[in-house]
Amino acid sequence: MEATFYIAGAVAVIATLLVVMSYNLIHALLYLVVSFLAVAVVFFTLGAPFMAALEIIIYAGAIVVLIIFVIMMLNLTYEDVQQEKSWLKPSVWIGPAILSLVLLAELVYLVVAVEAPGTVSVSVEAAAVGMALYGPYMLGVQLCGILLMAGIVGAYHLGRQKKKIVHRFLERRAAS
Amino acid sequence: MSSIPMEAGLLLAGILFVIGMVSVMIRRNVIFMLISVEIMLNAAGLAFIVAGSHWAQPDGQIMFIFILTMAAAEVSVGLALILQLYHHLKTLDSDAANFMKG
Repeated sequence: MEATFYIAGAVAVIATLLVVMSYNLIHALLYLVVSFLAVAVVFFTLGAPFMAALEIIIYAGAIVVLIIFVIMMLNLTYEDVQQEKSWLKPSVWIGPAILSLVLLAELVYLVVAVEAPGTVSVSVEAAAVGMALYGPYMLGVQLCGILLMAGIVGAYHLGRQKKKIVHRFLERRAAS
Repeated sequence: MSSIPMEAGLLLAGILFVIGMVSVMIRRNVIFMLISVEIMLNAAGLAFIVAGSHWAQPDGQIMFIFILTMAAAEVSVGLALILQLYHHLKTLDSDAANFMKG
């Protein structure tokens, strides 16, 4: 079980790095699916099998497919890949990467330096999660519902396009 | 159950978060920036799961469900915005949308 965790973690890091470094959007999304699947395996080894299923269904299933549909609607070509390649020069990414690596090194030091007492990961059943979700966290669930509703309405409102008017009579009437 | 140290999980979450953060900063394509924000949210959820499994409490997994909900709402609104941006400007360059005018 321990080796599974480390292998899945390594796969997740490598796949995420490939997402960041690839120029083609579709390739990046395929690596992103691999990354999400690896993180789902990590969840499973940490004793959260229900969250692993949710990760696969919602992240790798719904969100990535939504992004792929939008990319298909945008009708991107080979020139966009070339433009992406020209945007991603070493002079652009070297500064933020080095500074962020310094921050990551500090984070690693802070996590490792603190000695944690007896670290054993314990499995939490989905039933316990459900009981807590509909017990003390009821308000959070309702707020999530409101958030999703706002997301639906917002996406519909923002994604609506103006109707193209072809007849000049209708155009005049729409203008008045 | 298994003897995975908590540090390893937290370090994995930190590494994934930093990769996503660097990607947000270096990319100019809006869709790549959205993908990177998803990576960062996923890393934050991983940290919650690690902590929840360490203390054997369901709260960590509940926080992950909330993060998942927020990510779904965020990606739908973000993609609608990207579609409008592309229809207006005919490009995905985030620098092209800097004049704050419809």
